[in-house]
Amino acid sequence: MLYSASIFAARFNITARDLEGYLAEALSQGGDYADLYFEHLLTSSISIDESIVKSASQGVSMGVGIRVISGERTGYAYTDDLAPEKIRKAARVAAHIAAGPSQADQIDLHEGGRHNLYPVLTAPAETAFADRVELVKRADRAARAYDSRIFQAQAVYADNLRQVMIATSDGVLTVDRQPLARLSVSALARQNGGPPQRGYSGGGGRVELGYFLDEKPPEHFAREAAREAIAMLDAAPAPAGEMTVVLGPGWPGILLHEAVGHGLEADFNRKGVSAFSGRVGQKVASELCTVIDDGTIPGRRGSLNMDDEGHPTGRNVLIENGVLCGYLQDKLSSRLLRSQSTGSGRRESYAHIPMPRMTNTFMLAGQSDPEEIVRSVPRGLYCANFGGGQVDITSGNFVFSASESYLIEDGRLTRPVRNATLIGNGPEALKYVSMVGNDLRLDEGIGICGKEGQSVPVGVGIPTLKIDRMTVGGTA
Amino acid sequence: MSHSRKPARAAAPSPGPRPLAPVPASEASNLLPDLASEIVRRAVSSGATGAECTISEGDEFSASIRLREIENLKEAGSRAAGLRILIGQKTGSCYTSDLSREGIDRLVRGAIELAEITTEDPHAGLPDPDELGQIESDLALFSPGVDRLTTEFKIEQAKQAEAAALDADPRIVNSEGAGFDTHTGRQIFANSLGFLGEYRTSYCSLSAVPVARDGESMERDSWWHAARSPERLESPQHVGATAARRALRRLNPVKVPTQKVPVVFESKVAASLLDCICDAVHGMAIYKHESFLAGKLGEKVAIANLTVVDDATIPGLFGTSPFDDEGVPSRRTVVIERGILKSYLLNSYAARKLGMKTTGNASRGLAGNAGIGHGNFYAERGVQTPEAIVSGVANGFYVTELIGMGVNIVTGDYSRGAAGLWIRNGEFAHAVSEVTIAGNLRDMLMNVEVIGSDLEFRTSMSCPTLKIGEMTVGGK
Repeated sequence: MLYSASIFAARFNITARDLEGYLAEALSQGGDYADLYFEHLLTSSISIDESIVKSASQGVSMGVGIRVISGERTGYAYTDDLAPEKIRKAARVAAHIAAGPSQADQIDLHEGGRHNLYPVLTAPAETAFADRVELVKRADRAARAYDSRIFQAQAVYADNLRQVMIATSDGVLTVDRQPLARLSVSALARQNGGPPQRGYSGGGGRVELGYFLDEKPPEHFAREAAREAIAMLDAAPAPAGEMTVVLGPGWPGILLHEAVGHGLEADFNRKGVSAFSGRVGQKVASELCTVIDDGTIPGRRGSLNMDDEGHPTGRNVLIENGVLCGYLQDKLSSRLLRSQSTGSGRRESYAHIPMPRMTNTFMLAGQSDPEEIVRSVPRGLYCANFGGGQVDITSGNFVFSASESYLIEDGRLTRPVRNATLIGNGPEALKYVSMVGNDLRLDEGIGICGKEGQSVPVGVGIPTLKIDRMTVGGTA
Repeated sequence: MSHSRKPARAAAPSPGPRPLAPVPASEASNLLPDLASEIVRRAVSSGATGAECTISEGDEFSASIRLREIENLKEAGSRAAGLRILIGQKTGSCYTSDLSREGIDRLVRGAIELAEITTEDPHAGLPDPDELGQIESDLALFSPGVDRLTTEFKIEQAKQAEAAALDADPRIVNSEGAGFDTHTGRQIFANSLGFLGEYRTSYCSLSAVPVARDGESMERDSWWHAARSPERLESPQHVGATAARRALRRLNPVKVPTQKVPVVFESKVAASLLDCICDAVHGMAIYKHESFLAGKLGEKVAIANLTVVDDATIPGLFGTSPFDDEGVPSRRTVVIERGILKSYLLNSYAARKLGMKTTGNASRGLAGNAGIGHGNFYAERGVQTPEAIVSGVANGFYVTELIGMGVNIVTGDYSRGAAGLWIRNGEFAHAVSEVTIAGNLRDMLMNVEVIGSDLEFRTSMSCPTLKIGEMTVGGK
């Protein structure tokens, strides 16, 4: 997309000359760098519960965030009013961080190049509500039809269309149009008056609405949610203590996100507060493990044409054959560490300061047949699906919570067990990976990552993995 | 999918689905209640049979210090409006940060259009007119002192807090920083039954996050305090020294063997157990049968020494408000009285579903139907000091941090990552980390052996130290 075609030029009549003026204002007190992040966000959400479409809402917000960097200091201000005097006022507030002579001469903006990973003609947010509401109705019907023991179903469809324009004092002007849609379904099952169990499924991406009609229809997610709820009806208490754990492919890749991903974000490492600080070149995983963060996979939820600092996203190798290769960098960290941005600077909105974040984080496929992996385990736990996870960056301890798992006894999945949290230590956990499946799968597009109060969409993925030692937090 | 760094902000009334940008609160403020009433009138004249409008505005400031230097300064203001309408028993809602005439036109039109695609819901509606109202007395939610603080003062407070942590012990070798944050806001609510209310809030907080190191062991912890007015804040010295003490006591942790032992929850983490109770008495979860406490009204659900109250009327606290987000007066509700489940937390919708009366717990962002929130949710204090509780444990686990989301409110299954101190013969023996604690909330509530005397209202969720008779600790 070209600047001249963006909403900011076309509807708000903001010119490159205006932007150069705002940047000059931002650097009027000195400073090494300044940028402007303009955002126009259209959101909508439709939900069904008890087979009644109870809620439909939409909203629009817009604003500009202005950042000035001076050494390691950042000044930040934002405004939701795009009137020139309001933007200039915000620029002056951000400028206070620096104290020196103006650095603002000679900014001459030119448009930066980038890829187009989501050439969406009509964003879901621009389609008729009547078409979108059908998705939740179909999901509700399919979940209820799956099994007579399903007694509740809920579905939420949500989309947004984020239009951004970023101008930097490096002279780069970029614009992007970022569609995102997600359908999620939850189902409750009960049998013979026993306690209910919940199942959950969802997915989407930077796609057109047709994705939910052709590739992943509502029935797909609904059946998966219902299947999980039914499967858990017979769950026994989960085991407790250290054991062999096999993770199924796809969403269980949240392991990587928590165990290594956050710990490799450059802000923690430049500050020396991560358990991975100073470990580049060291072995932090078994040689079977190669971990990638890739923001360039077409249509994926975690993908972006450019990051939220206007830098093109990339495919970054974090761990190669077990050896730590590098960190996820944004502009500030790469400036201070004298390296290059990896296109990892992200933010929740114009009201937030960017920082290094993940995009789509996954492990490359290995050689093993997934069935052979399970057969090799005399006693252990097989985790097919997870809820969320969390990590303490400094100690490296991380958890993730299994929502569907099974006991492995004598190389066979025997019975389902109840929800349990798994805990490990980041720099240690992947050293115990002893088999990697040939079945790499990415999740279906449901991840939200939170860091310092900012949420951004992400993706994860793994092939089937065998981890010889991990602590399972059950009761049995 | 997150990691924790700074402690979460106290639950001040949420300004909306996401922060929306600036205009100083002083500008044009008197017009906002008129605008809310006008939006409601416009909705009704456009065909709505009922309408509710929320307008929120706020100014935020944050200063963060790291290693005695300024790291970030951020300053901005925001405001936005949300509208929910009913046409008969169909609902639609919209929000916008564009409060211009055209923006309001789009807001009203959008909500009306959205109502078209929803389904008739026999329980949809506004509260009964005789349920509306507000507390007239001064609830001390706003202190002008917050706006009067200078940037220099705020920076200095954060610097002193960090210095107190860094200087506390030679093993405090690094810092994730210290921060001073302020927020002042204004909430306005109007509906088509003639309710119009507004209140202002203020908030300031001071936090420190030091990193301790001893050999290979690196641990981080934090301390923070928040208040409605600056003179009520804990001193920077206290915040910094407490944070340092917490980080130091975590050094050189041991991963203990898997075992069943008594578990003592420090007040700070005991509040998270109370959060589980709050989720379990949430009216929406009750009518959907998504809670292990559904249908248990009048039954014994906890040990007789446990009384849990939700009180949104206590002056000056973060869970206090004159009215809820449907215009119903805030109140005190006894949730569990001496172990007997006495009340759920309800908004008018959940109340109609259950054939009950609202408890004044409606909570909403700018878009969508009202959800359910809590006021000051707390467990009444017992008589034993925390020290006395610890000294009464021969062999057990004192938990100071919990991570992960391993709580299933549907089944009550509880399994989370934990860190803390091991208790041997009534004294702290060593730090513990990388373990899980697990049980079922149903059993845990029946097995609360001791409730501490140390109830303190630091956030809107408060609990004294609790001792649970037995849980499974998952470790080696």
